[in-house]
Amino acid sequence: MSKQLPFAITLDPGTSLANETGSWRTERPIYVDRLPPCNNACPAGENIQQWLFHAESGDYKEAWQVLMEDNPLPGIMGRVCYHPCEDTCNRAELDEAVGIHAIERFLGRTAWEKKWKPKFDAKKSGKRVLVVGAGPSGLSAAYHLTRLGHDVTIREAGPMAGGMMRFGIPTYRLPRDVLDYEVQRILDMGVELELNTKVEDIEAAFEKDRFDAVFVAVGAHLAKRIDIPGYAAGKILDAVSVLRDMETGVEPPQLGRRVVIYGGGNTAMDVARTVKRLGVRESMIVYRRSRKEMPAHDFEATEAEEEGVMIHWLRTIKEIDETSFKVEKMQIDKDGRPQPTGEFETIEADTLILALGQDVDTTFLEKVPGVEIARDGVMNVNNQMMTGRDGLFAGGDMVPAERTVTVAVGHGKKAARHIDAWLRGARYERPEKHEIVGFSELNTWYYTDAPKTEQPQLDLVRRQTGFEEVLQGLTEDNALYEARRCLSCGNCFECDNCYGICPDNAVIKLGPGKRFEFNYDYCKGCGMCAAECPCGAITMEPEAV
Amino acid sequence: MSKESALQRVKFYQTGTHTVGNRLMDEDSRTVQASMDRSNAITSGHRACQGCGEALGARYALDAAMRAAKGQLVAVNATGCLEVFTTPYPETSWQIPWLHSLFGNAPAVATGVAAAMRRKGRNDVKVVAQGGDGGTTDIGFGCLSGMFERNDDVLYICYDNEAYMNTGVQRSSATPPTARTATTPALGDAPGNVFGTGKNLPLIAMAHNIPYVATASVADLHDLEAKITTAMDISGSRYIHIMVPCPLGWGSAPHDTIRLARLAVESGLFPLFEAEHGEVTQSNKIRRKVPVEEYLRPQRRFAHLFRKGHEDTERLAALQRMADVNIKRFNLLTERESP
Repeated sequence: MSKQLPFAITLDPGTSLANETGSWRTERPIYVDRLPPCNNACPAGENIQQWLFHAESGDYKEAWQVLMEDNPLPGIMGRVCYHPCEDTCNRAELDEAVGIHAIERFLGRTAWEKKWKPKFDAKKSGKRVLVVGAGPSGLSAAYHLTRLGHDVTIREAGPMAGGMMRFGIPTYRLPRDVLDYEVQRILDMGVELELNTKVEDIEAAFEKDRFDAVFVAVGAHLAKRIDIPGYAAGKILDAVSVLRDMETGVEPPQLGRRVVIYGGGNTAMDVARTVKRLGVRESMIVYRRSRKEMPAHDFEATEAEEEGVMIHWLRTIKEIDETSFKVEKMQIDKDGRPQPTGEFETIEADTLILALGQDVDTTFLEKVPGVEIARDGVMNVNNQMMTGRDGLFAGGDMVPAERTVTVAVGHGKKAARHIDAWLRGARYERPEKHEIVGFSELNTWYYTDAPKTEQPQLDLVRRQTGFEEVLQGLTEDNALYEARRCLSCGNCFECDNCYGICPDNAVIKLGPGKRFEFNYDYCKGCGMCAAECPCGAITMEPEAV
Repeated sequence: MSKESALQRVKFYQTGTHTVGNRLMDEDSRTVQASMDRSNAITSGHRACQGCGEALGARYALDAAMRAAKGQLVAVNATGCLEVFTTPYPETSWQIPWLHSLFGNAPAVATGVAAAMRRKGRNDVKVVAQGGDGGTTDIGFGCLSGMFERNDDVLYICYDNEAYMNTGVQRSSATPPTARTATTPALGDAPGNVFGTGKNLPLIAMAHNIPYVATASVADLHDLEAKITTAMDISGSRYIHIMVPCPLGWGSAPHDTIRLARLAVESGLFPLFEAEHGEVTQSNKIRRKVPVEEYLRPQRRFAHLFRKGHEDTERLAALQRMADVNIKRFNLLTERESP
């Protein structure tokens, strides 16, 4: 040693970095990405948390682009989707779920105002795909197939595109300018739309028109009917026709003064609220089970009741004549099924609208070799959404699934991926899902308390008399606030907690957007980072001994 | 609207200032600990136990002090865990000028350093003295009181883990009632430390009329850094008392260190406040009030209060009363929650 050290000192001072305390560890922290429940619940497979992440910082354009990778109809979806994402949102256990649909709708409107176009750069494949039906499923499939580089033609039997979004959903829930804009944006990407063109012969589409694959999504639009004695006596309509006439008819459908809607689904609610707006004296729903068992969403029944729709629960219609309907009281048995009680009542009414569900018109498919029609009239498809006919795929309301716009859009995307793979002679394999992150895995102390932003509602009198949209959109400030209520469950959002609270400086911050790394040379495995991670993106795993 | 303006206009930031950093906030509103160029006053490789609250508290405090002093800082250390685990001969974890003399003389040494700097005309150099609760409330108490009385230009920081942990968990005058230590075993009629003993050093410091006294917690980093920064801006004697849980001495899980510090604050047992010249000027409101039991139960030093079938309801009630007195005295509830 050349340098003179002070008295009684024999060694130069060195740094404690020589002491690699990582050897003390029995458990090691690991950064993970878990599946947020909203993403898991979305029937359209949206990466909700990811687009919220961009929206949180005010980058609405990037948020919209991420959203558009999965769903081409944000403006529509933000209005008509029943948002199962919000039903599973972990924030609901803290205060209230994040208003995801309202932010989605805001992004849809902003994209319209700014005329944003979806980003895609697929090479042309030279393959041609026919989509039968311009409903949500068909439009979604056409959009995704175009993004994947295929040429798509949609053939639609009706006079306008939109399917049930146009002919089933009333304008007070979905203004038509929003629908028209988002459909047109898909067509602007190069999708051919042939209206008033009913496809009768699937084989001809393959053989004569030289399509490489066909996706059928004609929906379910045949109203179910039942026999009620006195059938001819009163005026009987079906819900699907009433709603369709609202869209295509020169004049609104002819109704009496006291209208009964028979059924307890969302369509029944839509029709009841529609006829109320048309000025009938009474709009009543008769449903054979109770509110608990109805297939309609609770908020739809609530909104209908607010507008003055009277709901008769636990009643079946036995007989009708021109001025009165005889109904029987029902009770729910232990299996949840309605049973007659033998007690009868009379309701004054002159018009009956049946809202008992819809069937699929499968006649044009029955002659296609290999195609299987299930017993309840829907089409069977395999896990790649392909029917028994090679190259013929199907989705939407005509295959077994929940019948909502969002499920249909999801089918369109899923089918597009399988069609794309099939056209390339491959098979689409869905990447494995990450583990879902539950509320108990979060450390919610860190999130700021924040009640949900409520969307303003149209004045009740205007709701009862016209078709203006009931729910209003959020302002930018409100949408930003709402987006920031997201807890980012299961995925790092760079809050720096792990970096800050490590007593051993064993977390390396890599810089904005790059997240963090553990320095296992010094990490003692105390687990504080995992315990204090707000969003559950760190787990502790035992060290191999 | 540009990204910047969106960031500033809506005053709601997902996690607000509860987390260490926050990408949605101005860089200036984030903590020193969130920055990639923090001093890391204590570097890796130190010998503190897993989940050590003191190692964390000292880095929090000194990194903030380093930023406030623009890097011109000398730290004096009393004997204790912090001194021992950072400087096993011939290694050191300190990345700032650091000085250790004896257990009881840190305030006097710091006074000397401040005097020397003044004599050399180095008005830019700030002095911090630090010690554990033993070195502060017991052994160094005379020197500290003298430093306060002379109003010497030193910030003294006490890292309070409520006993002599380094030597084997012996009681100090900061040990809370009922806590089991090696010298206050959980035996007899009055198990653990007895009621009616101990010192409240923040209040004693306030009685010296020094310009600034504050309490802080490793569970509230923004608050801790703000208090250090405030203290560094004032000349004369300043005192900050930081609660730092000790997994070894408290018998708690290493990953619970921050949680326990948070529960101590949220129960009212450890009130966070600031005082200037002997008067309390501000106290932090409790965000989610919890009963003291929630804080005590995860710690083995209080296990005798929770024996199956023999819960010591009397002493638990007495501890709850201590929290309630704090809540009233320091006005810890928001108006909404006040009775």
